[in-house]
Amino acid sequence: MSEAYRLVLKQVAIGDLQPVDLSIRPGEIVCLSGQSGIGKSRLLRAIVDLEPHRGEVTLGDTASEKLPAHQWRQRVMLVPAESAWWEETVGAHFPEDSTIPEALGLPADCINWPVTRLSSGEKQRLALVRALARDPRALLLDEPTANLDEETTEQVEHWLHKEIRDRQIPVLWIAHAQGQIQRVAQRHFHIDDGGQLREQPL
Amino acid sequence: MNVIELSWWHLGIATGLVIALALCTWLAQLRIGKSLLIAAARTAVQLALIGMVLEALFAVGSLLWVALMGGAMLLLAGREVVARQKHRLRGGWSFAIGTLSMFISAFAVTVLTLAVIIGPDPWYTPQYAIPLLGMLLGNTMTGVALGLERLTEGARRGRNEIENRLMLGETWQQASAHLRRDAMRAGLMPTINAMAAAGIVSLPGMMTGQILAGSSPALAVKYQILIMFTIAAGTGYGTFAAVALCARRLFDGRERLRLDRLYP
Repeated sequence: MSEAYRLVLKQVAIGDLQPVDLSIRPGEIVCLSGQSGIGKSRLLRAIVDLEPHRGEVTLGDTASEKLPAHQWRQRVMLVPAESAWWEETVGAHFPEDSTIPEALGLPADCINWPVTRLSSGEKQRLALVRALARDPRALLLDEPTANLDEETTEQVEHWLHKEIRDRQIPVLWIAHAQGQIQRVAQRHFHIDDGGQLREQPL
Repeated sequence: MNVIELSWWHLGIATGLVIALALCTWLAQLRIGKSLLIAAARTAVQLALIGMVLEALFAVGSLLWVALMGGAMLLLAGREVVARQKHRLRGGWSFAIGTLSMFISAFAVTVLTLAVIIGPDPWYTPQYAIPLLGMLLGNTMTGVALGLERLTEGARRGRNEIENRLMLGETWQQASAHLRRDAMRAGLMPTINAMAAAGIVSLPGMMTGQILAGSSPALAVKYQILIMFTIAAGTGYGTFAAVALCARRLFDGRERLRLDRLYP
């Protein structure tokens, strides 16, 4: 098994957000909530260094700027709210010999489907599988269950929970529903109207 | 070789054709007569001026003046590349990239063709150098402009895809490979089409001109093939350089897609 690392944010600031200090343990899920437009998604983009930002992000002993950006993003992987699919077939987006886990309620042969056949909920679940198939060391999830019904949401939560525990990776998870936060988070932070992160009791 | 002299009143007859056409479009209320006449007038004035410039240049025939003329043509072509961009790079980068790519491709191919293939004495003899450079620059300019336009447009439209690829850990080269491929194809397509259709669909303008001017068709064909191949090479290398440089500029040192470097 690969080594487990802590994901640490030091004074990370982007847009109107106040500088963020946060340390996420291996295998820990930290949920982040706040009004839409407050800058949650931009914070995740800053962590994977897709946008210029202030402050420092480290994974274990490695600061983001010590690695070429693409290697950093292989380790600290962001799954956006809206995933893009560019090849003809679903399978072409996955590493060789990937399989779709049964626990997600997806049809077993959907890896052979053309992308046009996927619903938005299927795309969202497959985007999670696609990211984890690349074996990241930290995971940033931007509303991973936004397009899913209640039953599927719980399936996905359950699967993610197990994967995160088995892989011992730190996770920052943007969530809206209080129920989901209660179910998956070890800690919960809310961004207030001033752009300040405040820890909430669970 | 004897060329039949063309006098100004002969051209008057051709002018009459254009004016008659404008009249017809006016009668049919097609509202195109005005732009037709303006364009015709521009042709006459611009070509008469360039004729005078070339007459003077041929008379002097020094390397300095040929080089100055070439430089002026290059800068005008660079300006034209920028004018054809819907979303150009900020800070003069589109002009710089376009001009540099045309310089290293069109100029290099022209000098090579003159010095090694045609071999006039001296190699910069303006009668050969200027028309050759003009044709190469004109075609390279089109290729570069189309390539850059497709690339920046593709980056704007394909932002989600490119960024999602970056999020999955691809390098900027991998994430932009499809864009660069499309842009290369767009830049080279006119040249490929022209080569494929040459002699079947259309008689190339330069060959027609040479035959009218008294060359044997066999010689005119050889020159035309030479020109087409040099155009293909010049356009190809020029578009290649422009697309590579522009793609690099669309990403920063941390492999982020920087659409803010384009004018909206």
